Amino acid sequence: MSETTDLIRDMAEKLFGAACDRSVLSAAENGAFQTALWQEIADAGLAGALLPESAGGSSLAIEDALAALRISASHAAPVPLAETMLAGWLAGGSLALPEGPLTIAPASNGSTLSLKKNGAAWRLEGRAKRVPFARDATAIVVLAEADGKNMVARVDPKLAAIEQGRNLAMEPRDDVTFDCDLGGNDVAPAGEGVNAESLRAFGAAMRANQIAGSLSRTLDITLQYANERVQFGKPIGKFQAIQHNLAMLAAHSAAANAAADMAAEAAANGMSLLPIAAAKARCGEAASIGAGIAHQTHGAIGFTREHMLHYFTKRLWSWRDEFGKESDWALIIGRAAAKAGSKNIWSDIVTA
Amino acid sequence: MTQLTFAPPPPDTEATEKLRADVRAFVAVELAHMTPRQRASSWSGRDPAFSRKMAEKGWIGMTWPKKYGGHERSALERYVVLEEMLAAGAPVGAHWIADRQSAPSILRFGTEEQKQFFVPKIARGELFFCIGMSEPDSGSDLAATRTRATAVEGGFKVNGTKVWTSGAHVAHYMILFCRTDSKSDDRHGGVSQFIVDMKTPGLKISPIYDLSHEHHFNEVVFEDMFLPTSALLGNQGDGWKQVTGELAYERSGPDRFLSTFTLLIEGFAMLGDNVDDRAKIALGRIIAHLMTLRRMSRSIAGMLQRGEDPAVHAAIVKELGTSLEQEMVEVLRLIVDAEPDGKSDNPYVAVLAHTILHAPSFSLRGGTREILRGMIARGLGLR
Repeated sequence: MSETTDLIRDMAEKLFGAACDRSVLSAAENGAFQTALWQEIADAGLAGALLPESAGGSSLAIEDALAALRISASHAAPVPLAETMLAGWLAGGSLALPEGPLTIAPASNGSTLSLKKNGAAWRLEGRAKRVPFARDATAIVVLAEADGKNMVARVDPKLAAIEQGRNLAMEPRDDVTFDCDLGGNDVAPAGEGVNAESLRAFGAAMRANQIAGSLSRTLDITLQYANERVQFGKPIGKFQAIQHNLAMLAAHSAAANAAADMAAEAAANGMSLLPIAAAKARCGEAASIGAGIAHQTHGAIGFTREHMLHYFTKRLWSWRDEFGKESDWALIIGRAAAKAGSKNIWSDIVTA
Repeated sequence: MTQLTFAPPPPDTEATEKLRADVRAFVAVELAHMTPRQRASSWSGRDPAFSRKMAEKGWIGMTWPKKYGGHERSALERYVVLEEMLAAGAPVGAHWIADRQSAPSILRFGTEEQKQFFVPKIARGELFFCIGMSEPDSGSDLAATRTRATAVEGGFKVNGTKVWTSGAHVAHYMILFCRTDSKSDDRHGGVSQFIVDMKTPGLKISPIYDLSHEHHFNEVVFEDMFLPTSALLGNQGDGWKQVTGELAYERSGPDRFLSTFTLLIEGFAMLGDNVDDRAKIALGRIIAHLMTLRRMSRSIAGMLQRGEDPAVHAAIVKELGTSLEQEMVEVLRLIVDAEPDGKSDNPYVAVLAHTILHAPSFSLRGGTREILRGMIARGLGLR
């Protein structure tokens, strides 16, 4: 691990640890965008993590950006950090981006976007479903094909019709309808390797890292509770039945973190699809099992709004489905393996 | 944070990938005659001639010092050979235990004389070992061991019974774990390890057939068996400490998630072009698990190389890995239309029968699921 990585992790841990207190999480759930937290993230250079320095970004290594993102998720930071990083990567320096939180489209299946040249200008039409934080973003960076070429477009959300929605963690997930004209400067060819598949893969790598962070914290919270809660005259963590459940929570958390590392390496290594697919599938499964054990251990108190646990488990339940759920990514892996043939399953695992 | 992190594994190198190609070329020739059913025995399959061929290639004792017949290669290079052998279903069982844990223990705790005598022969694929740990009244509770070595002139006299001793009938030596002192206050004290020649008078081996009628494990009875003092491995009374050190080697390798790999290959071979989306999703999910486990297991190889103690990490890999091995049977059953039959000419059908009948052992051998979960809990500070 490089010295830079350590510095970024320390900085992120301090920033999110101090800023993401209960009042921030609660206010965000009630619909208020967390401007002060966002300003700190921007000032620390994390918002522009994947934007070139020439475009005002901090041009971090992808692994370092994802490490910081994982830490933000371990504090349930209720802001579009992943989406702003993705937007920076999409724009890649060929589009000037405004300050402030950004998001991307399409973010999920079922989106229909059409971009057409209209003289010197452009016309964007169609609908993107469940766009994260669209209502709060200063720009939506849209990926769309025009004449068979991948293009990126910068759209002011005010030009679009936004139908507000939320995920289980009450994070904004808005359906956005575009029917707007864009200037020549608002649209540019997508960078090399930027296409619908790589965008979805990078989104999955981000959610895998967020799941790993959230699950790590879920483990911590649950261990602490098991050590404190006394029943039958001793902390419940002393009971073997509880210990075995917590061991499995720890095992799946460790696996999710290893898988998220794998995704980060693959994202840095040309957005290599299969390791990212495997990571998102594995992290999604860990999220389901881990959240279940955490709630079982906490009993009724963990089921209340008052307790912290739900800020993490609701994110786990949301993120496992976003940018492709386990079965979506397993299908991609399985298709490739079936195509390669049963004799090549092993060599594909090794090469992936 | 009480997190058990798996550091990134050491990266592949030109040397590891050249080695991988060498192993693949070797198994393509050497295993050509083996049926899928034979390959499905995985590291329980024993073929001493195959072990000696591997030794000639320098693939036993890969990380040991050259002065003891080893090859001073990296833990990752050794890992490449292990995983390629297991993925191909090579019959590595004869030397497996000696290579995995007996020789490493001798190198760590043995006398110079023991190292010089045993280790080069193990590296040549000439000496095979078994593990004398479990007893009729001491399974998971290893500290309850009753077999006792009593000091006599010139050595020890051993009485007791070991059970479930895999490969005792083909091994040349056993590393015996037994009590040497009755007065220890510490439950983990007063136990020691010995290197026992399986031809020693007073040692009797009887087969215990498993539920598939196969002969892998044995009962080994010691009746006034004399062992010279030179048979003691390490310090008298240090047996507990020594044996727990072996377990990280025993629990972290690819043998803990590739035991059923042949079933996966044969299942999909049988489906041929009829792999529907449901089957693809199931296959993809298993591969996602295997890729993650492989990364974790290779991370532990790196920890061992750096001299760290990965006991709890190894428990996690074994628990997740053996659970996946067992689950693979259930997943394949529901995808492939076939009933298990060990006598079938259909490779998948025969492999399925074999695997179903052996799967219960995966989460027993080398530490039960419950013991491992207890170890992980201890690592989390809950005990």
